[in-house]
Amino acid sequence: MYKAIVFMPLIGFLIAGLFGRQLGTKASQWITTGLLVASAVLSMVAFMDVAVGGNTTMVHVANWVSSGDLNFHWQLKIDALTAVMLVVVTLVSALVHIYSIGYMSHDDHNPRFFAYLSLFTFAMLMLVTANNFLQLFFGWEGVGLASYLLIGFWYKKPSANAAAIKAFLVNRVGDFGLSLGILAIFLVFGSVTFDVVFAAVPAIAGQTFMFLGMEADVLTTICLLLFVGAMGKSAQLGLHTWLPDAMEGPTPVSALIHAATMVTAGVFLVARTSPMFEFAPFALDVVTVVGATTAIFAASVALVQNDIKRVIAYSTCSQLGYMFFALGVSAYGAAMFHLFTHAFFKALLFLGAGSVIHAMSDEQDMRKMGGSRQMIPMTYIMMIIGTLALTGIFPFAGYFSKDTVIEAAYAAHTGVGEYAFIMAIVAALMTSFYSWRLIFMTFHGKARGGEETLKHMHESPPVMLLPLVVLAIGAVIAGFVFSDMFVGEGRFEFWGAALFVKGDDILESIHHVPTFVKFLPLIVSILGFIIAYKFYIKSTELPAKVAGAFKYLYQFLLNKWYWDELYDFLFVRPSFWLGKFLWKKGDGGVIDRFGPDGFAAFAMMMAKRARSVQTGFVYHYAFAMLIGVALLVTWFMFTRGGF
Amino acid sequence: MSATLPDLTPALPEIFVACAAMALLMVGVFKKDNLLKVVTRLGVLSLAIAFVIMVAKMPGLDRVATTFGGMFIVDGFSVFMKSLVLIGSMAALLMSQQYLIDRKIDRFEFPVLIVLATLGMMMMISANDFMALYVGLELQSLSLYVLASFDRERQRSTEAGLKYFVLGALSSGMLLYGISLIYGFSGTTSFSVLSTGLANSENIGLVVGLVFVLAGLAFKVSAVPFHMWTPDVYEGAPTPVTALFAAAPKVAAMALLMRVVLGGFPTMAADWQQIIIFISIGSMLVGAFAALVQTNIKRLMAYSSIGHVGYALVGLAAGTVQGVEGVLVYMTIYMTMTIGTFACILSMRRDKALDLDINELAGLSRNQPAMAFALAVFMFSLAGIPLLAGFFGKYFIFMSAIDAGLYTLAIIGFVASVVGAFYYLRIVKIMYFDEPAAKFDDNEFGTMGFIMGLTAALNSPLSFLLIYPLLGLAGVAAASLF
Repeated sequence: MYKAIVFMPLIGFLIAGLFGRQLGTKASQWITTGLLVASAVLSMVAFMDVAVGGNTTMVHVANWVSSGDLNFHWQLKIDALTAVMLVVVTLVSALVHIYSIGYMSHDDHNPRFFAYLSLFTFAMLMLVTANNFLQLFFGWEGVGLASYLLIGFWYKKPSANAAAIKAFLVNRVGDFGLSLGILAIFLVFGSVTFDVVFAAVPAIAGQTFMFLGMEADVLTTICLLLFVGAMGKSAQLGLHTWLPDAMEGPTPVSALIHAATMVTAGVFLVARTSPMFEFAPFALDVVTVVGATTAIFAASVALVQNDIKRVIAYSTCSQLGYMFFALGVSAYGAAMFHLFTHAFFKALLFLGAGSVIHAMSDEQDMRKMGGSRQMIPMTYIMMIIGTLALTGIFPFAGYFSKDTVIEAAYAAHTGVGEYAFIMAIVAALMTSFYSWRLIFMTFHGKARGGEETLKHMHESPPVMLLPLVVLAIGAVIAGFVFSDMFVGEGRFEFWGAALFVKGDDILESIHHVPTFVKFLPLIVSILGFIIAYKFYIKSTELPAKVAGAFKYLYQFLLNKWYWDELYDFLFVRPSFWLGKFLWKKGDGGVIDRFGPDGFAAFAMMMAKRARSVQTGFVYHYAFAMLIGVALLVTWFMFTRGGF
Repeated sequence: MSATLPDLTPALPEIFVACAAMALLMVGVFKKDNLLKVVTRLGVLSLAIAFVIMVAKMPGLDRVATTFGGMFIVDGFSVFMKSLVLIGSMAALLMSQQYLIDRKIDRFEFPVLIVLATLGMMMMISANDFMALYVGLELQSLSLYVLASFDRERQRSTEAGLKYFVLGALSSGMLLYGISLIYGFSGTTSFSVLSTGLANSENIGLVVGLVFVLAGLAFKVSAVPFHMWTPDVYEGAPTPVTALFAAAPKVAAMALLMRVVLGGFPTMAADWQQIIIFISIGSMLVGAFAALVQTNIKRLMAYSSIGHVGYALVGLAAGTVQGVEGVLVYMTIYMTMTIGTFACILSMRRDKALDLDINELAGLSRNQPAMAFALAVFMFSLAGIPLLAGFFGKYFIFMSAIDAGLYTLAIIGFVASVVGAFYYLRIVKIMYFDEPAAKFDDNEFGTMGFIMGLTAALNSPLSFLLIYPLLGLAGVAAASLF
């Protein structure tokens, strides 16, 4: 069954990718989608089996590497963590496949699109079912590739190509960290299989090594390297710049890859390696700080963005920050819970936004939207549900997971925990504001779109609405249905050995936090709603005024804290300069000049000289012969010492 | 000296060729009609018969026979080289008819002269004494001077003949001067006697004599700096004559050079090796660089031949059996490549005249794909691209140089062949990638296509099958020189 779950998307990819042209659009769509739906159904069965039945297993696929000290197999590791990810990945992927049938109906390259989607799903499944670090790395790179292909799907758009390259390059930085981490793991543990490594962790903890004259903790170093990889994939502060640009890809892609699944790979990685992180407290602190800072940073930027997809993208970034600081305070269950619910409501928001964009004839700028709630009521309702879930209003999914996360940060009672808690509360306020701002600008107020757009505005077809409804159901009920399993009383039974916590169980101590902590997130959410309502419904001149009053702050946020400019200044321009220098001066000026070009010029010069000697006069020729003889005779006379 | 008649058996092929040449002359003189075709066929036939006689009467693979008081020698080496010369001359004869008829110089003297030149070459190869060497050399040269100016109405042709004659006379003078010095300092002209120890490096007079002799011979193989006649004569001479020049006399002169240094002066190896290395490097470099700016394909082939002589001399410079073996293989392969290339050059006809600018080959692949393919094979082979015969030739030569410790020579050889590859590949590029020029005329003689096809096949990767038998024969031939 597990093999079927993992390999059905691969089969779909191969069929649509290799024979898509012959099969045509319809067949490619239905084959890939059908396989994915089957995979999703099986995943749910698997989830029930693992989560309720508690049957964790190891499925052997093949012997992969057997070389010297390096021995491991290709196995599917099925435990609660994997089961959760299986459901998230296959369910969202299946819904996105279905949705795309409608959304991509005007595109000429449907087989390619569906092939890529299936390829992505396969790679993601490889990642989450990995039994060892190398298998995980395979999936990790596979999703990176698929992400690159899908961001650049509209390859005729220069901006899409640029975004695809950017995503790939930024991820390279992260992947470099991850691969270093994996190499270090093999060096230290002599194995890359999870169970072997994890079992050996306590023995390694505390060991140090010398690097550039400094003493460094082995395990902390490894964990930090792994975290660098996680930061790249999950767009954490510093390596986040690719995610907003990745919105150049088709919207279903954003929903699948850049909201629900791939970007959560980093969270999964840290949760999976919890037995290692638990013995590296410093690494955990770093995770907390980075996560909390990302949460507040991304939320603040989302406040002022005008592109509907970019707002949601920054929101994703911010929510990933929540997950990371939850991991950082050892609340792995809470992080996974938030990942789980977030997948539903964020995919819902993205697909909803896609529905809006579809209705608006591919308009993405919220300033040109507005007043569309009567024309696309279903989409409107769906977006409202998504927003309520995101802002954490009872009883929607976000309420359960987000509150748990925030409470966990408080309950940690550490410096970084406090920091994370404060950041999380402020970010929650911002989240509420920008989410409602999005709703109000898009659906309420006057219609600011052009005549043409309004005339063509229409509700999306059922094939697009169906996935929205399914996700909406998830966004509504996923919270209270699974709360007990993920973070409540049933958590020990549910997670089993998948997650490891060394010290106090943080999820236990959240029951003892002060009451104000429990209510604060809800309060700030409502506050955010009120401010947004005031700004965008009541007195619509206010936003401009506020922006004018805090001009520099506004610019700072609008320009995303100038990260892109900073990177441009620090890395891009120096590398361009270096590249140009090496190209013009190094390659052209030295290697070419003295190598190929120089030799060619030299050869031509020699040739011309040889030709000019060839005068055609007999006496010149005779002279050359005599000189030749004279030279040779002289040579022998001198080497011989003369007559 | 006793008055008994010398043993004529070893010289039977030469005697037959001499008689045949005179008989052909008589046929031509006493028949009134134009007999080019008949005489050509008879000429080829007599050379073929000479070949058969030579093989039938050879003393045995590893046996040596001498006659005329030791002046004339027949051994494995001479049989090998004479075979090449005979094949080269026959091919040149067969390829010449069309051109001569087109140019309206289809006179019967042409084949007769070629047969006589061939006789000279055969005598050179079998010479075991400076006297015999000189007689053979002059017989060959005089025939070739006349052949070069055979198209006597054309200024270029007469100019070529005259230049060749004047410079050839100079080189003969040097050669004779060298011979006289050697005779003066050693008291003999026989290679066999010289090699027994009379020749030694202590004697500077002998060294100077050797320099002059080698200068005279270097002229014949057109090695730098005695090469300057080559481009002008190759270009000016009638094209079939150029084809002959590039194939047969080169082989004969190379054989002579090897016979002199290895047969006559093995005790002075250290001295002549320096000279050979000097002219070898010069030839490889001039052959590679000077050809880059040539547009006339005959001039280009002239420089190409200079370069290839340079490579062949690398093997001789090594001075080992392996090196000589390499030279023999190299000359064999070189001859097939050259004959094939000239078959193509002789097919570059439009309105009964040859267009010899390399740009006329543009787009040949679309007009005459078979010829373009054959020419491409020759060019790749000349450039020494692996899998083709030319590669094996270079490979054995350079291997022998490296085994003999001549690393500099080998490296210069590599560099020169890389540079040289440029102009060979440029021809391929012109044929395959440029916009087609006008179509060439079809050949009226089937022999041209046959020669092209056969030589192309010999140079193609099929040469894998032939290279080891050839190496075996060359090994036996080379061993007889030591």
